Amino acid sequence: MINFIWLLLIIIGIIVAAIKGQPEMITDTVIQAANLGVRYSFDLIGLMTFWLGIMRLGEAAGLVDILAKIIRPFTKVLFPSVPANHPAMGAILLNISANVLGLGNAATPFGLKAMQELQSLNKNSNEASDAMVTFLAINTSCIVIVPATIIGVRVAAGSINATEIVGTTLFATLIGMTIALTADKVFRLFTRKG
Amino acid sequence: MLESFISLLSKWTIPFLVLFIPTFAYFKGVKVYEEFIVGAEEGFKIAIKLIPYLVAMLVAIGIFRNSGAMNIVVKAISPVISILGIPGEVLPLAIMRPLSGGGALGLATELINTFGPDSFIGRLASTMQGSSDTTFFVLTVYFGSVGISKYRHALWVGLIADLTSFIASIYIVNKIFG
Repeated sequence: MINFIWLLLIIIGIIVAAIKGQPEMITDTVIQAANLGVRYSFDLIGLMTFWLGIMRLGEAAGLVDILAKIIRPFTKVLFPSVPANHPAMGAILLNISANVLGLGNAATPFGLKAMQELQSLNKNSNEASDAMVTFLAINTSCIVIVPATIIGVRVAAGSINATEIVGTTLFATLIGMTIALTADKVFRLFTRKG
Repeated sequence: MLESFISLLSKWTIPFLVLFIPTFAYFKGVKVYEEFIVGAEEGFKIAIKLIPYLVAMLVAIGIFRNSGAMNIVVKAISPVISILGIPGEVLPLAIMRPLSGGGALGLATELINTFGPDSFIGRLASTMQGSSDTTFFVLTVYFGSVGISKYRHALWVGLIADLTSFIASIYIVNKIFG
């Protein structure tokens, strides 16, 4: 499916560029976008290194375990395939907390750490596990209490009340997350893996 | 009141964590510096592993967007959207949102500045931007970091969430500010 969408984006784009008679635009885009991918990865190195260091301290001190125990009632339902007190749980909780607070820069390192932990439980190494899909369903639809970036944009644009969209954002994300988790459960009935 | 609390929370969470976690670990008898290094070593490997996935996805999305194909899709859907009473101005944002984080933020910023942050469209664009994520990008990065190329139903779930948040944004902004 991802193969088809990926190819479709390229084919449609190139056909449109051909009709417009702008093949050089495709060439430029390829160079720019490829460089952007590398730059993003490099930009992430520092943050990843730092937060995984901090996370390791949290694990060694038992903090991550404590967090995992506190959220056990929820994770038992959401991630039945992950054993109790698995380190994945602490990382998932930190990632979601960072997302809720609008701390995108800290969220990614915790999230990737969570993926590493979930991958250690995943027998089929190039196919997503149930727990991973559920985690990403929560991650991409996550409720947001502090939409920090957009509040910043509103302040810069001279808003009288920049945070007035906090409530509407929370509502929209709450609905989005509920539907995402429901959709995940429904899809799973049809795509169960062994 | 709410504003100052939120800005306080968003400013102090990171400094608090950076202070609290190492200090707590130290009093638990953890050799903080040495352990930090052990954990940190992993960061480089994970970040570098993302490159092929990111390049593949960003190039495909870049071609689709820069060629003007995305605009054609937007124009094709616009009439349907206006029938439903949704302002057509926010449609490009809705379509861009799951594909490109930077592109969506650019569109949202433009809408907010053009119509004003406290206009209906400004509030709607803000809510839409704040309430959904760059689904394609997140999946590429997260799955890429562990070498997974078979996403199963993850993409559909993410896109359904984006669509739902979009509809919910329109509903609630209409209800509260309409």
